[in-house]
Amino acid sequence: MSATSLLQIDKLNKSFGENQVLTSVDLNVVAGEVVTIIGPSGSGKTTLLRCVNFLETYDGGSIQIDGREVGFTDSVSRKRRGEADLAGMRAETGMVFQSFNLFPHLTAEQNIMLGLRRVRKKPHKEAREIAQHWLARVGLDHKADSLPSELSGGQQQRVGIARAVAMDPKVLLLDEITSALDPELVNEVLDVVRQLAVEGMTMLVVTHEIAFARDASHRIVFMADGSGRE
Amino acid sequence: MGYQLSFTQIWANFDKLSGGLLLSLELALISIAIGALIGLVLAIWYVSAGRIGRTLISAYVEFIRNVPLLLLVYLVFYGLPTAVNIAYSAPVSFVATLSLYAGAYLVEVFRSGLDAVPKGLMDAGKAMGLTPWQRLIYVRLPTMTRITLPALSNTFISLFKDTSIASVIAVPELTYGAQWINNKTFRIVEVYAVTTVLYVVTGYVILFGLRLLERRFRVER
Ligand SMILES: Nc1ncnc2c1ncn2[C@@H]1O[C@H](COP(=O)(O)OP(=O)(O)OP(=O)(O)O)[C@@H](O)[C@H]1O
Ligand SMILES: [Mg+2]
Repeated sequence: MSATSLLQIDKLNKSFGENQVLTSVDLNVVAGEVVTIIGPSGSGKTTLLRCVNFLETYDGGSIQIDGREVGFTDSVSRKRRGEADLAGMRAETGMVFQSFNLFPHLTAEQNIMLGLRRVRKKPHKEAREIAQHWLARVGLDHKADSLPSELSGGQQQRVGIARAVAMDPKVLLLDEITSALDPELVNEVLDVVRQLAVEGMTMLVVTHEIAFARDASHRIVFMADGSGRE
Repeated sequence: MGYQLSFTQIWANFDKLSGGLLLSLELALISIAIGALIGLVLAIWYVSAGRIGRTLISAYVEFIRNVPLLLLVYLVFYGLPTAVNIAYSAPVSFVATLSLYAGAYLVEVFRSGLDAVPKGLMDAGKAMGLTPWQRLIYVRLPTMTRITLPALSNTFISLFKDTSIASVIAVPELTYGAQWINNKTFRIVEVYAVTTVLYVVTGYVILFGLRLLERRFRVER
C-alpha cells in the first residue's frame, strides 16, 4: 500500500494550544486518485490540507509525498526543514483557496507566471506560454490582462486553479473552492476540476458539494472529531 | 490711515522666494527618500525581528516622536558637532534631522502596511513555493505599497511643510527667504501672504500628483 501511495499520512496529530484538532489521522492517496473530505465545520478539514503543504506545522505523525517527509527532514528526528527546502517542497503541491487569494497587483497571466518564473525558473517566454495554455484551459484566454478586481468570483477561482496546476504539482489541494461563489458560478469552477480529475490529476478535495463528491471523486472520507473514516 | 498694501518690493526680491521654494522641495525630497529607506528597512526588520530588535526600533520611533522637531534640529546642528567634534553645513544637518524624523514616522506607516497585507496572499505565496525573500519582494511589498499610499501622501505633505523649520539654522529655504525679505522691506503682510500661497499651492500640487498615483494603484481586495 505505502509503496504505491503518492500522499501518505500516518497518525497525524495537530492541536492549536489546548484544542486537539487532528487525532491520529491516517490517509493514503495513490497517484491519479481524487479523494474528497467531508465533515462538519470545525472538524479539521482545512487544517489537514494546510498540514499537507506545511502551511501549518504538525505535532506528531508523518506526512509523505512521493516518499519524502513533508516539513521535517524525517519523521523520527522531526527536524524542521530550512526555508529554501520548505519552499521547494511546497512547490510539489498546489493549493486552491476558498477566498481565491489572487495577487491583487498582478494580472491573471502574471498571477500564473509568478511561480513559473521565480520557483520553476522558467524563462519569461516559456512561462507566458504555459500561463496562456492554462488560461485557455479554464476558458479565460481573453482575460489574460485583467486584474483580479476586474474578474467575477468564478473567473478568479478559475485563475486560482490555473495558477496551481500550471506549476505541475504532484498533488492538488482544494479547500472549499466554491464556497465563496454565487450558486450560478459554482459549476463553471467544478467543471474545470472534473476535467482535471478525468486527466488523472491527484487531488485532495474538501467540499460541501455532495453531488460533486459522489460523481467526481474515487473516495469520500468523512471527518469528525479530528479523525477520518471512509 | 491704515497699512497700504504694496507688493512691488516683494516681486523685486522674488528670487529669494522662488529659490527658497526650490530648496524646500529639494530638502523635502532628499529627506523623504532617505527617511523612506530607513522606514522601510526598519519596518521589514521589525516584522521579522525578535524582542531586542523590536525594542530598539520602538525606542528610536518613540524618541523621535516625543521630541519636538525644532529641538531635534537644534540638537543635531548645535549639540552634536559640539559633543563629538564634527562639522557639517546647515543644509546637511537639516536633511539628516528630517530624514531621521521622517524615518520614525514612516516605520510606523510601513509596519502597519506590512501587517495589513492579507494573510491569504502570504499563504498563496508560500503554497506556490516562494521563499521568504521572494514572498516579501513579489507579494508583500507591492501589496503594502498600495495599502499605504494614502498615509504616505499625508506624511509627504507634512514633511514638505516641516522644511520651514530649517529657517532657524539659516538654511535659505522658503520661510527663510520670507524672513529675509521682511527684514529688508518690512512688508510683513505681503511677504507672508505670498509665502503662504506658495506653500499651499505647492502642497496642493504634490497632493494632486500623489492622489493620481493612488488611483492608479488602488488596492482591490
Ligand atoms: N490558526 C488557528 N489557531 C487556532 N485555532 C485554529 C486555527 N485554525 C483552526 N483552528 C481551530 O481548529 C479547528 C478546526 O478548524 P478547521 O478550519 O480545520 O475546520 P474545518 O473542518 O475546515 O471547518 P470549516 O468546515 O468551517 O471550514 C477549529 O476548532 C478551529 O477553531
Ligand atoms: Mg475549512
